[in-house]
Amino acid sequence: MDTVGGPLLPDQVSWSRAEQDLGYRKGDLINIGWHCSDRICRLGHAAKPALIWEDAQGDGRVYSFDDLRVLTNTFARHLQGLGLAPGDRICLFMDRVPELYIGFLGVLKMGGIVQPLFSAFGDESLLTRLENAGTAAIVTQRKHLHKVRKIRDRLPQLKLAVVVDADGLELRDGERAFALDREPRVEEFEVHPTTAESPSVLHYTSGTTGQPKGAQHVHYSLVSQYLTAKVVLDLRPDDVYWCNADPGWVTGTSYGIIGPWSNGTTQAVLDSGFNSERWYAFIAKHRITVWYSAPTAIRLLMRDGTGAAQKFDLASLRHLASVGEPLNPEAVLWSKEAFGRPFHDTFWQTETGCIVITNLPGMPIKPGSMGKPFPGITATVVDLKSYEPIPRPGSVGLIALRPGWPSMMREYWKNPGAYQSKFQNGWYLCGDRASIDEDGYYWFVGRDDDVINTGGHLVGPFEIESALLEHPAVAESAAVAKPDKVNMEVVKAFVVLKPGFAPSDDLDLEIMNFIRKRLSPLAMPQEIAFVESLPKTRSGKIVRRVLRAQEFGEPVGDLSTLMDD
Amino acid sequence: MDEIKRMVIEYVKREYIEEGDDREVKEDTPLITGGIVDSFSMVSLKRFLEKKCAIQIPDAEASPEAFNTVNSIALLVERFRTGAR
Repeated sequence: MDTVGGPLLPDQVSWSRAEQDLGYRKGDLINIGWHCSDRICRLGHAAKPALIWEDAQGDGRVYSFDDLRVLTNTFARHLQGLGLAPGDRICLFMDRVPELYIGFLGVLKMGGIVQPLFSAFGDESLLTRLENAGTAAIVTQRKHLHKVRKIRDRLPQLKLAVVVDADGLELRDGERAFALDREPRVEEFEVHPTTAESPSVLHYTSGTTGQPKGAQHVHYSLVSQYLTAKVVLDLRPDDVYWCNADPGWVTGTSYGIIGPWSNGTTQAVLDSGFNSERWYAFIAKHRITVWYSAPTAIRLLMRDGTGAAQKFDLASLRHLASVGEPLNPEAVLWSKEAFGRPFHDTFWQTETGCIVITNLPGMPIKPGSMGKPFPGITATVVDLKSYEPIPRPGSVGLIALRPGWPSMMREYWKNPGAYQSKFQNGWYLCGDRASIDEDGYYWFVGRDDDVINTGGHLVGPFEIESALLEHPAVAESAAVAKPDKVNMEVVKAFVVLKPGFAPSDDLDLEIMNFIRKRLSPLAMPQEIAFVESLPKTRSGKIVRRVLRAQEFGEPVGDLSTLMDD
Repeated sequence: MDEIKRMVIEYVKREYIEEGDDREVKEDTPLITGGIVDSFSMVSLKRFLEKKCAIQIPDAEASPEAFNTVNSIALLVERFRTGAR
């Protein structure tokens, strides 16, 4: 049955219908890599463009679904030839180059567990995540190789660093060159026999406590990602789709690779930093029809005004959606003015693997609301203490989902305690607070923990504080969210200096750059306050909520457990 | 102006071009769209400019467009140095 692109009526939207569309029955083999390439070719779309790629200079390349099929085979065969095996964690640490997208499916085809990481991560962020995962190999570019080299001797399980643009580079032991374009093409490849519960993608995500955790997904997640991409993003056979997200983050894989390609949708990728005119030119050039963006980017576009948009022919845009943080009402209204249609807010997270609460195409939007649960998702808000559903509309509780949707993470990598803590009273807890109105629309209130949501990405305070303590001048530190007009929140660090060090602009800048290079630009404190002491409990634990409340102008709450000065 | 450009080029090379990255940084090299400086890292570059040039750049002026090249950065700095808006 050729169901790629076939529209679904509302009562047809179900996981079982998605399984039917994908030709999957319980117990069958299922492989994301195969479904995103080979299957689309078998449905007669081999010549259809899969990837329209362009870099910052405007140079581009188009790959058909048959190119995707063959190049992912080639990538998979090459990894096998290097001695990599099913189950190995294989990190992809690249900018948004074609090898990243092709490699993602290639790793899955050979049965590896693909671990995409944001290429702006510094060496410490890379070390934390590779060490935790016991990563066997990392595929990267020459410009990022020095970060790998810096931490290599602390990663005994890392067998190989594979460099995709190594021409002229002197490689060291354990480093290999791999030029995909020059590799003999592999027409036929025996895809590893993965099943529904075979591990597929390992995405690291930050929490309040401890270092980032690896959310482990399985090949069956395809069912969720296929269906939600089709329905929420309204993907149709002739669409050209653009997802702004980097595949280092879950949006960039669930909806930047798996969702669109399992639907046989052509997608365009721009490997460039933000520039509103560049983005609009890209939309006009490739006649983008569906655009999945983020509130931070939308706010930057708003800052440049509707005038910037009007210089370009954006009439191709048919459906717009947004992800990462709550989409403020002003942004919804502005997009109607700028593009003739609103951005539809969607809510989900690394652990859920797919969109769970959303504004569906055609559904009346209440600006500021994340929408309603996707069909097949049972959601509610539960009491913060009892974890019982709160029946009264407008009451604030924790967003909770009934476990069991196809793309629910199966574990935090080797961290069963943290995984179990996400489930209470039969519900999966997202960690966000919200209320539900009388019409069933969900309204975000805030995080229930100390995680900072900056530009739609979660950053954990512990990782930042640990890195701050590595700076020679820092005795103690706390990292909290500070409100920001563009990014919703940014990191603010409170620092107690060691004796012999004094606050100064030079030190402020030095610490900012120190964190930016070790962790990432996202984790970089955008403001540093040098303080004499930090609020702590009597047991010495830093109470971040006091600092955060001060930043947000909120009540600081019960201070009775704090140490007296 | 040339002095500002030289200072910015030196700073960008030192802080944003990593070992093994053989990209050149010239006055018209796209820093933001070229992926050398991302929008989060802009804050530290802004802080550097404010400190070295003894100016205050309002947040609203610190846009990705204004920071995209050494040339545009130098123009921005000059505006706030001379008091022109």
